[in-house]
Amino acid sequence: MSPPLEHDYIALTERRSAATASQDGVLNLKETELRLGLPGSDSPDRDGKVGLTLELLPPKNIFTGGKRGFTDALDAGAEKWGLTAGGGGSEKEMSNGGALFSPMGDGAVCGKTAVLGSASKDLGTKVSGHDSKLSVGNSDENQRETAPAAKAQVVGWPPIRSYRKNTMATNPPKNKEEVDGKPELGCLYVKVSMDGAPYLRKVDLITYNDYKELSLALEKMFSGFTVGHCSSQGIPTRDGLSESRLMVLLNGSEYVLTYEDKDGDWMLVGDVPWKMFTDSCRRLRIMKGSDAIGLAPRAMEKCKNRN
Amino acid sequence: MDRAFSWVAAFPDEVWEHTFSFLPTDADRNAVALVCRSWHRIERLSRRKIFVGNCYAVEPAAAVRRFPEVRAATIKGKPHFADFNLTITDWGGGAGRWIQSMAKGWPLLEELRLKRMVVSDDCLEIAARSFKNFRVLSLASCEGFSTAGLASVAANCRNLKALDLHENEVEENCINWISHFPESFTSLVTLNIACLDGEMNVSILERLISRCPNLKTLRLNHVTPLEKLVGLLHRAPQLVDLGIGMLIGEGHPGLFSKLESAFAHLKHLKNLSGIWEAGPLYLPAIYSICEGLTALHLCDSSIQTPELSKVVSRCKNLQQLWAMDLIEDDGLIAVASSCKLLRELRIFPSDPHGLAQPVYLTQYGLLAVSSGCVMLESVLYFCRQMTNSALLAIANNCPNLTCFRLCIIEPYTPDYITQEPLDAGFGAIVELCKDLRRLSISGLLTDRVFKTIGASANRLEMLSVAFAGDTDAGLHYILSGCKKLRKLEIRDCPFGDKALLDNADKLEAMRSLWMSSCSVTLGACRLLAKKMPRLNVEVIDENGGGSLESWPDDCHVEKLYIYRTIAGPRTDAPPFVLTV
Repeated sequence: MSPPLEHDYIALTERRSAATASQDGVLNLKETELRLGLPGSDSPDRDGKVGLTLELLPPKNIFTGGKRGFTDALDAGAEKWGLTAGGGGSEKEMSNGGALFSPMGDGAVCGKTAVLGSASKDLGTKVSGHDSKLSVGNSDENQRETAPAAKAQVVGWPPIRSYRKNTMATNPPKNKEEVDGKPELGCLYVKVSMDGAPYLRKVDLITYNDYKELSLALEKMFSGFTVGHCSSQGIPTRDGLSESRLMVLLNGSEYVLTYEDKDGDWMLVGDVPWKMFTDSCRRLRIMKGSDAIGLAPRAMEKCKNRN
Repeated sequence: MDRAFSWVAAFPDEVWEHTFSFLPTDADRNAVALVCRSWHRIERLSRRKIFVGNCYAVEPAAAVRRFPEVRAATIKGKPHFADFNLTITDWGGGAGRWIQSMAKGWPLLEELRLKRMVVSDDCLEIAARSFKNFRVLSLASCEGFSTAGLASVAANCRNLKALDLHENEVEENCINWISHFPESFTSLVTLNIACLDGEMNVSILERLISRCPNLKTLRLNHVTPLEKLVGLLHRAPQLVDLGIGMLIGEGHPGLFSKLESAFAHLKHLKNLSGIWEAGPLYLPAIYSICEGLTALHLCDSSIQTPELSKVVSRCKNLQQLWAMDLIEDDGLIAVASSCKLLRELRIFPSDPHGLAQPVYLTQYGLLAVSSGCVMLESVLYFCRQMTNSALLAIANNCPNLTCFRLCIIEPYTPDYITQEPLDAGFGAIVELCKDLRRLSISGLLTDRVFKTIGASANRLEMLSVAFAGDTDAGLHYILSGCKKLRKLEIRDCPFGDKALLDNADKLEAMRSLWMSSCSVTLGACRLLAKKMPRLNVEVIDENGGGSLESWPDDCHVEKLYIYRTIAGPRTDAPPFVLTV
């Protein structure tokens, strides 16, 4: 099979796994297992109709897992497009490879109009680098039964400023799925500041699944600013491998990650379950360890009081 | 003096200076400066406004030296795609060197406008202290400063007329920075703090507003509660431009009528913007001012179409409408029949990642507006489907379009009826709209559309391209055509080396070129940089930085930013940005 259809198929496999799982109501391990099978070898029901009722599975598992398979399968392509299979954090990979991957992701999920239904015939005419466009025929609106999972988003697409994204997070989309009367948020941008750094960043908490991913992402964002504490020559060089300076510093308690919650109190990050954290976090601050003394006990108390 | 230009001496310098003051654009003044040495001297000494489209195109000290009498400066930093997080976080665009040179060379500077730059609190402090006649500070899409910096501006700029903060990332560490405006301070005309997230002390704000009788523009942030807003509005009935953020606080009886009467007092209001989280119940409070509105920006709002339609159909004099796609086709049909003076329409996606049920905003909405609003010149439209025939009709309806930006949210979306690429539709736009200056294209597009753009878009100055084209020819058509092209930004297109190298000269005639996720190799960048010494060819590499020299020519370049400059490679580039 030519490479384009191969990656077509990889992507379809994992989505079908998810779809089938949701239909069964049970997460069948075998079905979510990501395999690089030959096209046609594993999917008896595949006849052009792709079930697109995606469950709210953690988006990262689907896409990063799939992506690794994808890049492994096409080393040449991967190098050409600058994808570093296995290197760097998942977020970076997502943004680098996102351009290739996410159009498919987008097509799979927001299928109101039969948009990509026949883009497949264009596959042949495209340059090889773009063969990864996936046509997922999904013209039926009733396939959107459940709120689709937050999918891998192409960096910077659609081209709107993060300002808009954040305010829209507070506007309820027309969505039947509501938890506790709160609308499903599309994104949740919070400001992140670091003591001593001139830049303020915004991160979207929805894109992370746990504290580890968040701290990896923050590390990437702020590693340029550990100047004063690590290298005397100035900005440290990145070796792209294991922990960067910031992580070391965080672990070595030079800096601690704190957040301001809904009540306006500053708490240490990591004390409460992730979901509770994302619900109550208003902004983040990477502060010097010495300034954070006394935060931890309060966080625990608060938690206890809440529960 | 050259004998050939001896006629210049027929008039004293002041006469020429006065004559030059009528020249409308900097380009005209630049042309005048080339005529002869005398005119060059007179022009440069009398230039009062300067626009620097790319802060790295020239050394700050050189600019200040050449035009010593500048009173108003506008400087832009990062490339446009930085707005969408496509550049790396610390790419550059620092304002420090500019502020320092300006503080030394332009002590009489009155107006400073910075866009997409990194401005530190130090910069703000230096500016506040150095420019005694500082009147206007406008920061758009900037970052790096905090409300402490704003406090020093408030405290030191005695004659400040405008503080305009538009979509900046501001660290909020000084809650009552507004109180740093001294009691004697009364000169404020514009105050735009919509981008701040923190709670504002409303009574301090009220006092400030009360003592500034010339206040015309007031854009508050979204944290100002409804009840407090009423008080503020009563103190500023002369407002022309109002931005509000209404939280849905505890509605109580009487609040609606208070709000209604507060708005009714704003007899001069022309621009209204903001967030309406308060919901449709309070919206009728603004009905009384709708007829006077020329601009309505409800792009952060969640109002749905029935209520929106009621508002827009009262806005008979509207010239500018920015709204969310929740307005839907029906709302736009109402716009088309009521807002006959409309010049600019911007529709933003309420749900950019398709997480909710889709809204009913299609090509019909835009088509309706194009047909009902004959004065339409500027369009920004996010939607999920489009057809060639709609685009053709829009082009026919609005041949005066100067700005057309269409973003079909799903990349590679074809004409949803014929399944064909949208080449013909966009082709019609560039062929029929002869004054088109800015264009953004999207959807399924082949090289054909670029051929048409290259051949027909003779006034085009800025082009944004994403997920389009088949081969290098596409880029070649653009660079070899589009005579007036200044800014080109491309992402995720199969464009590569050949087109760049074949059109190297064109790149110097443009301000900048951004290419990301295309097919450019390092070797081509090296060749280009060698051939064109007045271009900075910046390769952005997120993976490691350093040791660029050791990398092979066939290495793929993920992000590329090329711009013309007389300042040489910049010295403040972080390690991930390598000037080839």
